[in-house]
Amino acid sequence: MTSWTAVWTLGLVLVIAPLLPGLATKTKSWLTGRRGAPVLQLYFDLGKLWRKRSTYSRTTTWVFRLAPVAVVATALGAACLVPLDGRQSLLRFTGDLVAFAYLLALGRFALVLAGLDTGSSFEGMGSSREVTFSTFAEPALFLGFATLVLLTGSLSLSGMFGEALFTAWGRSAAALALIAISLFLVLLAENARVPVDDPATHLELTMIHEVIVLDHSGPELGLILYGSALKLAVFGALLVGVLVPRAALPQPLAAGALAGGLVLVAIAVGVVEGVMARLRLIRVPQFLVAASVLAALATFLVLWR
Amino acid sequence: MGPSADLLLVLVTLTDFMILGTSRLTTCIRAIALQGLLLGALPLALTQRWSLHIAALAIGSAIVKSLVLPWFLRRAIREAAVRREVEPQIGFTMSLVLGTAAVAIAFGVAQRLPLPEGTSELLVPVALATVIMGFLALTTRAKAVTQVVGYLMLENGIYLFGLTSAERVPFLVEVGVLLDVFVAVFIMGIVVFHINREFDSISSTRLSELRD
Repeated sequence: MTSWTAVWTLGLVLVIAPLLPGLATKTKSWLTGRRGAPVLQLYFDLGKLWRKRSTYSRTTTWVFRLAPVAVVATALGAACLVPLDGRQSLLRFTGDLVAFAYLLALGRFALVLAGLDTGSSFEGMGSSREVTFSTFAEPALFLGFATLVLLTGSLSLSGMFGEALFTAWGRSAAALALIAISLFLVLLAENARVPVDDPATHLELTMIHEVIVLDHSGPELGLILYGSALKLAVFGALLVGVLVPRAALPQPLAAGALAGGLVLVAIAVGVVEGVMARLRLIRVPQFLVAASVLAALATFLVLWR
Repeated sequence: MGPSADLLLVLVTLTDFMILGTSRLTTCIRAIALQGLLLGALPLALTQRWSLHIAALAIGSAIVKSLVLPWFLRRAIREAAVRREVEPQIGFTMSLVLGTAAVAIAFGVAQRLPLPEGTSELLVPVALATVIMGFLALTTRAKAVTQVVGYLMLENGIYLFGLTSAERVPFLVEVGVLLDVFVAVFIMGIVVFHINREFDSISSTRLSELRD
């Protein structure tokens, strides 16, 4: 029974994932006084790309074609590990939080290899930046997870976001709030949003994520776009999971809370994009170290209690 | 010492990190003003029973630390026409990492200190962390204004430590400390102004060029 609700919540997330970047863009446009693309733009784009044909550069090899599939597969795997319905995930085992982090890292690795495979210096530069920044984002994510493990005593994502989290809010709300902020900063960095990367820019020198996928086209580009949207949804689900422990809620309400939470996260991302500019590249590590500092502070708060 | 005091203390730590991490002097001053306001609110959140002593302590330190001193620092940077901390001895990212280490040390040390009964668990670690981070800002920053901010952080840490026995410290002692700090910052403000007029910069590294 439980697994069925996990399945249909996963289905819900898979369907609404492309909505989130659209919502973020719409919010940003609205804040900056423009009309902006329709909220459903990514669905249209995916439909259009699906009907097109892929073209490949002569310098590319199978590594280049592997990336789009790897990106979607790893994002899907990560989504299966997160308890989307607030109770249990489809796949759960002790230590699955490490699998979660490194599944997403595997997707990024495949994408970076594909960028290097094209032999373009711009894509190589973007790959280098992507890897550098993810190095700084990883400690923040793991410190946040470690704190949740300490609070709930469970080494599995399903346990971390389960009943135990609800009681943890009563004991150490400050630590959990710090983790939530830190997770939001990691979300911005991992999903290539402002202030780390600007999804709207199309100048090769400033792009990070966008520049890596310049050579992809047709359905493969569609897969990468969908994979990125799904990754945003998965991180959003983590954030909603921390902020709103849904284990005690009845089933339809828990799924509704997740959907509503994801929409709010997307709007928050849009607000950040509307009110601030992208950081200079040299400042980005500092931004991510700040995220790690917040998570570390939360760890200390819990550890010496 | 309910959750509100804990929240205030966590926010105090965040302002510490804000000061260590920013390169803008105005942000630095805004953070120290915010910290002053939080420190003013703390005695109210910590105490079980209200008294004139506690209220006066809270209001007095809030006014001096979040209005008067920041106003003075703002005037100093306006007159010296500086905006940014350019070349700290230790970079901003490294300062943040060292600040985290400071928090870890503070939590570790606070465990071993014999403290009066009924002290908030977070109060002493946050006080120690603020003192250490104040030292860090005081010693590694080049601009005189940031050093003054570091000095204020240091003093705020000592004030926090004093809150562990706020019920017993005589009011006059508190007022005396507050006055000391005020005078110190007042003098530093004038010094900043004069350094700037003599050297066209408030970078204290240039003070080594002093000769007659």
